[in-house]
Amino acid sequence: MADCSFGITGKDFVLLASDQSAGRSIIKMKSDENKIRTLSPGLALAFGGEPGEFTSLGKRRLMGGTSNELAKRGGESDMIKRDTNNFVDYVERNLRLYQIRNNTELLPAPASAFIRKELANSIRSRSPYAVNLLLGGYDKVHSEAHLYSIDLYGTKAILPYAAQGLGIYVALSTMDKYWYPDITRDEAVELLKKCVAEVKLRLAYQFTFNAIVIDKEGVKNLPL
Amino acid sequence: MSRRYDSRTTIFSPEGRLYQVEYAQEAISLAGTAIGILAKDGVVLACEKKFTSKLLDDDGSAEKLYALNDNMIAAVAGMTADASILVNHARYAAQKYLKTYNEQMPCEMLIKRVCDIKQGYTQHGGLRPFGVSFLYAGYDDKYQFQLFTSNPSGNYSGWRATSIGANNSAAQTLLKKDYKDDLSLEEACQLAVKVLLKTMDSQNLNGEKLEFATLSLNKAESAPESTGNEATRGPATDEVTHRIWREQEIDELIKKLGVLDEKKEEE
Repeated sequence: MADCSFGITGKDFVLLASDQSAGRSIIKMKSDENKIRTLSPGLALAFGGEPGEFTSLGKRRLMGGTSNELAKRGGESDMIKRDTNNFVDYVERNLRLYQIRNNTELLPAPASAFIRKELANSIRSRSPYAVNLLLGGYDKVHSEAHLYSIDLYGTKAILPYAAQGLGIYVALSTMDKYWYPDITRDEAVELLKKCVAEVKLRLAYQFTFNAIVIDKEGVKNLPL
Repeated sequence: MSRRYDSRTTIFSPEGRLYQVEYAQEAISLAGTAIGILAKDGVVLACEKKFTSKLLDDDGSAEKLYALNDNMIAAVAGMTADASILVNHARYAAQKYLKTYNEQMPCEMLIKRVCDIKQGYTQHGGLRPFGVSFLYAGYDDKYQFQLFTSNPSGNYSGWRATSIGANNSAAQTLLKKDYKDDLSLEEACQLAVKVLLKTMDSQNLNGEKLEFATLSLNKAESAPESTGNEATRGPATDEVTHRIWREQEIDELIKKLGVLDEKKEEE
């Protein structure tokens, strides 16, 4: 499935935006799927996957299973869908478990390390997850906003602004031009709108977007 | 009477006690004293070395002080062989945490991990409990400097100044009397020597009979050079340093304090 997500940081906030399409190959089956998940009061991620990787990994696994298992599992796209949501559920529950056990929230930096490690272990397992994600968080201890881009191979990058999926072809230059370290929230929202406009103008695929903003007050929806 | 209930660690006596655990604690109260003092800019751990001999080939390494990770040290009272097993567990857990979360394990979490192992031997039968009490000195971002103790039952507690091992109640009385809230690390070291001198049997104190370790912060001088990537730039962070003192340094501290001279004058 074609994905498109953006992340933009400022001094004390992060914006995350993601497309809302769900489907398979060139067919869109849903255009109001929420692909942004709030993990904890100061942490959220936008998730998607590389379509090529999805199918090839899905197929490899299907070939390994028995025919009975195959029937039980249903279609390939079903499995792909489960893949990304499963992984995000797993991460969300594990971060919550950490919070309950230790009576303290994981800050964005250690949370990103945890997610990266899970993906790095997964890619080396028999049934790897195929999830790309943008993780945004506000670090209450150091009063900083962070954005991490983590891919399905377990590569983590700390970035001031980022795009994933189809957006990288058309929006990175826009971000490069307008982003600067002290960017205000209004300017960042404007920049995000410019990126979305660029996607609408240049890509053949029709996307709808939803977005959030993360700051010291928590995660809020951002009308675009 | 107690013979019926103390042969296994996991059986309660009719009075509701676990004798093996209590015996383990008893064993620790015969071991060399270790005291820990929390200062505003660091933590000091000091131990009494019980076995000193001219013939012992001393390589200068501490026998009762262990570094658990970059921001924690521990002092041991009790069976050092048992301690080394637990220290191994603790080091492994700390490095595993570092690998997963890319930051040092919070102190209390690591202590809890060690205590959970200790607790296991008071419940799952057949084996004896670990005959070790620890003093932990640590630093983490959330709670800054910390001092904890743990005992064979698997309980742990946080302190500003405390002691374990032989004469620990006498040492704690002295600490209670002389501890002030805003001690500097240097003052805490001096207090540690004073307290040890009074609780130890021997008349003259020297580096041969003591082990000292301190945990403090190395203030970052300036922000690290810009790497060009704006997002990776962060505030300069203070570095936690721990140091196990050499014999010579302990001797110097004692000499500087002049506690031995005072004692002679009194006599």
